[in-house]
Amino acid sequence: MTFYLALSVLLFCVGLAGVLARRHAIMALIGIELMLNAANINFIAFWRHSSAADDLSGMFWMIFSVAIAAAEAAVGLALVILVFRHRRSVRLDELESLKG
Amino acid sequence: MPTDVILWILGGLILISAVMSLALRNLIHCALFLMVCFLGLAGLYLHLNAVFSGLVQALVYVGAVGIILIFAILLTEGGGTETGSHLGSQWRTGIGLAVLLAFALLGAVSNSPQTTQAARHTEEPTVREIGLKLMTDYLLPLQTIGLLLTAAAIGAVVLAMQEPKPRKDETP
Amino acid sequence: MEPLKGLLSTLWKALTDQPDPKAPFLESIPEDYRSLASAVLSVAPILMVFPLLFALTTVLERKGLGRIQNRLGPNRVGPAGFLQFAADGLKTLTKEDVVPRAADRVVHFLAPIALVIPVLLTFAVLPFGRNLAPIDLDAGLLFFFAVSSATELAVFMAGWASRNKYSLLGALRAVAQMVSYEIPLVLAALSVVMITGTLSLSAIAAAQSPTPGSFLAPWYVFTPWGLMGFLLFMIAACAEANRSPFDLPEGESEIIAGYYLEYSGFKFALFFLGEYLGLFASSGLAITLFLGGWNAPFAFMQGWLPSWVWFFAKLATLIAVFIWIRGTLPRVRMDQLMGLAWKFMIPMTLLTLVAAGLWHRLPSAPLRWVACTALLAGAFLVLGRVLMPRTRHGRRVYRYAD
Repeated sequence: MTFYLALSVLLFCVGLAGVLARRHAIMALIGIELMLNAANINFIAFWRHSSAADDLSGMFWMIFSVAIAAAEAAVGLALVILVFRHRRSVRLDELESLKG
Repeated sequence: MPTDVILWILGGLILISAVMSLALRNLIHCALFLMVCFLGLAGLYLHLNAVFSGLVQALVYVGAVGIILIFAILLTEGGGTETGSHLGSQWRTGIGLAVLLAFALLGAVSNSPQTTQAARHTEEPTVREIGLKLMTDYLLPLQTIGLLLTAAAIGAVVLAMQEPKPRKDETP
Repeated sequence: MEPLKGLLSTLWKALTDQPDPKAPFLESIPEDYRSLASAVLSVAPILMVFPLLFALTTVLERKGLGRIQNRLGPNRVGPAGFLQFAADGLKTLTKEDVVPRAADRVVHFLAPIALVIPVLLTFAVLPFGRNLAPIDLDAGLLFFFAVSSATELAVFMAGWASRNKYSLLGALRAVAQMVSYEIPLVLAALSVVMITGTLSLSAIAAAQSPTPGSFLAPWYVFTPWGLMGFLLFMIAACAEANRSPFDLPEGESEIIAGYYLEYSGFKFALFFLGEYLGLFASSGLAITLFLGGWNAPFAFMQGWLPSWVWFFAKLATLIAVFIWIRGTLPRVRMDQLMGLAWKFMIPMTLLTLVAAGLWHRLPSAPLRWVACTALLAGAFLVLGRVLMPRTRHGRRVYRYAD
């Protein structure tokens, strides 16, 4: 159990570091996907170690979270493509026209 | 014990490919390493007897998310290496924050009383069980997810749709 | 001597349809090696039979296409040209392996491997005979689709790593095509899942066994929704395998050879192998889902031949149909390809699901036949006439040089 939780923590922090450090919008999306997957490890681990006998909720949470991640990736990448089409750039630190 | 060895190999594969997928300069390489990471996670779920979840992971992430990711990369960067610095201006702060969070969470995990519970669900639930639960107890979340996915699909198409160009000589 | 006798007994049991064919060999060897030996026993026949079938298919396809195009086809190597595959294999093995200088070497090297391994994995869940499913997985169908979705990535890797504009165009065409046609493929398979209520391919094949008193076996292709599902599934499988008439990703006249343009020698052979094995796997899935798997077509024929003979006879028939289609139909255009997938195939497969539901709900035999047939035929006519763009064909004019 500790193994899975530690793996999940490390994966989450790798994803977080990627989101915070990279300039490219798609890299930020990759980081978010990794963070979601870290959460999925937890769901599966807690399903495996849960005390109720026929409790499948961890597994279902994981499946729903995968579906949400797919939706998020589709919309996020469509936004990235839209931004690229308007500004010819998807560098996160160059998108600053709303800055006062 | 062989299961432990498999776990450590899978964990190492997942973490290394995750780091690589965020550290490399070439975006396509990043996406391919991300796929390796997802496959490693699918293998981990299969190893934990969550066969259905593992297969869903492989199907959705490698088959769908990976492909749209690659299409998005090709439609924006042209698949080449990024020009200029690939790190943001405050990357030191970002990585520092992530490392701090990692230490905090690892400390919390190692002190948690939850982690001593033994594995109860070592048997894989049958697909029939999963299907029946989805159609009874989890019907509302399932419907909501279906609605969300439809909305997301339509939204993505609307966002990414090319506006009709006034020029006539261009073929669609 | 004991293991050899066990192996022979295992082979005999497998060939004659007896339950648990692996047991005699596994009992004859030490306990520690049994799980490994069991895996080898499952994998080795697949690795032997299907590449051989691939080799034979390449020769037969060239001969068949030759006949369709009014020529002889290969007839020099071996008896009637049947050893042509050995000559071709030796040629590809001894050819120089060229990697473009600009190519991404690692990805370029990994792409053919990443294509062949998932395709081989899909064979793991197909029931080839009554007791001959390598793994009887509870979620077998999901496994098949999950694993085969990884081939798209391999195709993209090949096209991108070659650093050639034709390769990249071919790969993008292939990926777009495979993603589009995967949806009707899965939806068509779902109609069978809805009726049988299981994802296990062995159970689906067993559900189509004829009952002793009946005449015709209850294959799903003999129902209105099953026939429509089968046809849609085969069209989608044809597009998934990049076969003519959907072979735009490798259209010679436009983009030379598509994503494997920059591959030569053995890597090229691996692409070729992967493509044909993919075709066999999706044909095998179609047989399992719609054509009764390893069951005989009529109840009185059920015991005549071992079950795997029926499976491979059906497989050979489907391969022959694919060769026939390749020799007959011209290549479609890109917009026609996408229009067919999104405007026709997906609505039709969804309606097939509705028809399968109706079939399940309606009790009496004539009513559900009429209702399902009317629904599908009506939808076919409406979709075919309304959604497809109406093209106005002028009178064909022949012009000759004066």
